[in-house]
Amino acid sequence: MSTIFGIPTPALYGQILIGLINGSFYALLSLGLAVIFGLLRVINFAHGAQYMLGAFVAYLLLNYLGINYWLALIVAPLVVGAVAVVIERTMLSRLYGVDHLYGLLLTFGLALILEGAFRHWFGAAGQPYAAPSQLSGGVNLGFMFLPIYRGWVVVASLVICIGTWLLIEKTQLGAYLRAATENATLVQAFGVNVPLLLTLTYGLGAALAAFAGVLAAPIYQVSPLMGTNLIIVVFAVVVVGGMGSILGAIITGYVLGILEGLTKVFYPEASSIVIFVIMAIVLLVRPAGLFGREE
Amino acid sequence: MSSAPLLEVRGLNAWYGESHVLHGVDLDIREGETVTLLGRNGAGKTTTLRAIMGILRRREGIIRLRGKDLLSLPLHKVAQAGIGYVPEERGIFASLSVSENLVLPPTVSDGGMSVEEIYTLFPNLHERRSSQGTKLSGGEQQMLAIARILRTGAKIILLDEPTEGLAPVIVQRIGDVLMALKKRGMTILLVEQNFRFAKKVADRFYLMEDGRMVNSFPGHELDARMDELHEVLGV
Repeated sequence: MSTIFGIPTPALYGQILIGLINGSFYALLSLGLAVIFGLLRVINFAHGAQYMLGAFVAYLLLNYLGINYWLALIVAPLVVGAVAVVIERTMLSRLYGVDHLYGLLLTFGLALILEGAFRHWFGAAGQPYAAPSQLSGGVNLGFMFLPIYRGWVVVASLVICIGTWLLIEKTQLGAYLRAATENATLVQAFGVNVPLLLTLTYGLGAALAAFAGVLAAPIYQVSPLMGTNLIIVVFAVVVVGGMGSILGAIITGYVLGILEGLTKVFYPEASSIVIFVIMAIVLLVRPAGLFGREE
Repeated sequence: MSSAPLLEVRGLNAWYGESHVLHGVDLDIREGETVTLLGRNGAGKTTTLRAIMGILRRREGIIRLRGKDLLSLPLHKVAQAGIGYVPEERGIFASLSVSENLVLPPTVSDGGMSVEEIYTLFPNLHERRSSQGTKLSGGEQQMLAIARILRTGAKIILLDEPTEGLAPVIVQRIGDVLMALKKRGMTILLVEQNFRFAKKVADRFYLMEDGRMVNSFPGHELDARMDELHEVLGV
């Protein structure tokens, strides 16, 4: 069997793939967090709960309404996005005038309530969610075996990340969003309905989290705490990439996922902390993050 | 020309937090007129523009555009009513290219300039259209800040110290642009410290002191009133 640095290559490729999968979720989630933070200046602690909610909506749609995975991939983000819009209009928007800490506390409280409620209803154990039959099985790539669903997750998250990036960088709506991130008052003084833009942005960020949740359901199972476990790592990813940097969040998400996978191969003991070690180093050397702009 | 003012401000009071900064400001601008606010630093000129736009929210009094009340409108509806704003700090966005900055403000009515017309008027902006907005020189940023309002079809422009910190040759260019706008019938409310510049373009002057309007006179009286102005402005 061939080896690289004494590691069997199938094991190496296997961990890189797992890293790429995790990186896909890091990228999708940190992208949403970065968009929300950039414009609303809210550190959205409910992001993990919105990811969990996306997975649960897919699970409930399948088990109670017989709505399949493909439809859930569209419906769950819409449902969670709509819930987020209501939260922004009724609660979050009242806090824009005060210290950013209040937005963090509100979303943290909402996350605890949501996760507590789902734990009460469904228990802490994970509920299985089968991958759609079109994506079951795997292919032998010659150098490794690739489960088709995992390949799909990587492709789907890349498409959504690039699509979101294009929306923000290349469209008029994206120009409003970028400009309002710099100077919301002036953009509103030009006649843009900035309060509506804030609402839609929060909805979009939450919808991205829900999309990631549906993608994750067949891999990690659907559990009330699935977001809690992930969100701390995702916050580290956002800090490394640079708060509010869209491209930084995407690239850092994938790169840190793969680095984490590689650490599992070469020094497994460090794999659960490697991202936080990188975060600490980046904060020491470049406090604004790798892609962040110094303010 | 109709006698009713295009923009009418009556008894305008405004506050920054607890501090009362405008005290019963009255102001009229007729369609097609260029009116200049004079006054020392801190007299309330910029504050008057910000209060009219609604950026400064704590206000009392009357602000009407063609008889339509502006005071009760949310900020984004003021621009939609037909007022364009060119802030003192210019407000060019660093994360947008020059052309993105140019087309950022939404169109508020017909009759604005096309992007082609604007590029003919400002060839520099066309040359540098794909540069980052804030990479432009100060003069070019000021041109861009004015140009992007011309696209929107706004009927009146609030211009806050457009010549501040710019070289004489650029000031001349901005003067030419304002004269061209006047010819097109644009209504302009200008805040300006540069007398010679203001004299060239203004039809009427208002003099502000401590958040109050203390005097107003037609443009041709500027020379005759220089002594009085020197006293109030301390220049």
